[in-house]
Amino acid sequence: MVFEVLAYDFMQRALLSGATIAVLCSVVGIFLVLRRFSLFGDALAHSSFGGVALGLLMGLYPLWMAYVISIISAVLITRIREKYDVSGDAAIAVLLSSGIAVGLVIIGLSGGFSVDIFSFLFGSILLVSVDDTILILAMTGAILLVILALFRQILYTTFDEKQAKVSGIRVERITYLLVFMAGLTVVTAIQLVGVLLISALFVIPNVTAMMLGRGFQGTVILSIGISVSTVISGIFLSYVLNIAPAGSIVVLAICVLGATMAAKSAGLLARR
Amino acid sequence: MPRPIEVSNLSVGYAGVQALENVSFGVDQGEFLGIIGPNGAGKSTLFACMLGLNTQYTGTVRVFGQNIHRSKGPLKKIGYVPQMMHFERNFPVTVREVIQLGMWHGVQEERVDEVMRELWIHELADRRIGELSGGQQQRVFIAKAMVNDPKMLILDEPVTGVDQASMSLFYGILKDLNSNHGITIMWSSHDLDAIKMMSSHVACLNRTLYFHGAAKEFFADEKLAQIMCQCTDPSECMEHNPGIAEPPPIRNEAS
Ligand SMILES: Nc1ncnc2c1ncn2[C@@H]1O[C@H](COP(=O)(O)OP(=O)(O)OP(=O)(O)O)[C@@H](O)[C@H]1O
Ligand SMILES: [Mg+2]
Repeated sequence: MVFEVLAYDFMQRALLSGATIAVLCSVVGIFLVLRRFSLFGDALAHSSFGGVALGLLMGLYPLWMAYVISIISAVLITRIREKYDVSGDAAIAVLLSSGIAVGLVIIGLSGGFSVDIFSFLFGSILLVSVDDTILILAMTGAILLVILALFRQILYTTFDEKQAKVSGIRVERITYLLVFMAGLTVVTAIQLVGVLLISALFVIPNVTAMMLGRGFQGTVILSIGISVSTVISGIFLSYVLNIAPAGSIVVLAICVLGATMAAKSAGLLARR
Repeated sequence: MPRPIEVSNLSVGYAGVQALENVSFGVDQGEFLGIIGPNGAGKSTLFACMLGLNTQYTGTVRVFGQNIHRSKGPLKKIGYVPQMMHFERNFPVTVREVIQLGMWHGVQEERVDEVMRELWIHELADRRIGELSGGQQQRVFIAKAMVNDPKMLILDEPVTGVDQASMSLFYGILKDLNSNHGITIMWSSHDLDAIKMMSSHVACLNRTLYFHGAAKEFFADEKLAQIMCQCTDPSECMEHNPGIAEPPPIRNEAS
């Protein structure tokens, strides 16, 4: 029976942290997608790979270093976009490659590491410790609280910066706050799907939900629902088939998206 | 009660381009002021200065008696509809949610329904904003600007891409807001006939202010109005139009 595995502590931790990360990525991701920042998560993840390598080199806990580098990169991309009028995708492309490149150079120079780089690249949700789980829960709780408290401001700024500004919202601050939270989210989510598949969590459930929902709240709830259910079933599937969870999660998410698209083209979901 | 808008010696320069030069004028309570001028005349720039979106200017801009460089408070009395709505077409928000975005704390939820009824969009309340036609979206953004009961509305070229029927409805609504609700309106448009039909006052802008005064006066000479609206350099235009002897005096009520 598949459900027997629920008795294992590691499985309980994996499901709990996986579902939590799914919620977090959906909520942060929808604002990024709507700002045409879909690849932002990828860029931060790639640069935090450099952070992981740096942490290993310096003998620090790699994830902490990844958090630092991810936040610095998030703020840097935003600053470059604003100051030099570089388009978002170009700024992201630069960071995307430099993170991995720096990481590889560091790894090369230090003669390789015994720690499994593979788990950073593709996630290691089945290996999360109790401490990791607590960190994931606390981080998610804190970020969601901030988003809830500033919900209208964040949504308004995302919808139309100019009008938000006239309404007295400090749009620059809101933007920096959002990318800061995205920086935290990315590193937290690396444990679930790894550096290479982060964008999938940010983007796929939200794109799917945007096809189905009408209003904003409804869309967010749908996206969370899709994300949590694909993560949970993906983790189960990975256990049953003995494959990497990141793979099964993302493949499932893509299947849901594909099914939604197909249903839509077939006219099953009438435009309301 | 201080005047809604009081601009004096306003100059704005973007890197290399002088967008506005020494513009001075005022808007009285209840006025319906139409701003005309060719593309690049500085109309949107002027609005940006009045709304605190552009702070890189010299001169002073007073909104309801307060210098908005110091306090953004008076902006609460203004409803603003920007020239171009650049939101994602598939942005998942309903008409109702868009209007709620503009709401100040303390404004009652019933006001949203009320304002939607006033603008004939109550039947669209639960539709996605991106699915609406240009004219319908326009009305949603006016509803959004109206939800806080502003004393003044600023609309930057509000009828671009709106069909004739929606336009008439739209003009009717503006007229009603101005004459029956006493809302001061300032708007820009390239449509001279509409400006003539709607506005009590006209300002003709092209980097500097060429004319500011009553609409009747401005439209007394149709040809002049045509030229002022279309030429990039009015004094040059005068030369090619011997019918007009000299450029009109720059009228300036504020200074
Ligand atoms: N952000 C900017 N950076 C540089 N120059 C600008 C900027 N915004 C406006 N300008 C320049 O300032 C001048 C006035 O522009 P503005 O947008 O205010 O004109 P407008 O009257 O609104 O024109 P339109 O009828 O096309 O809307 C133009 O020459 C324009 O090129
Ligand atoms: Mg303009």
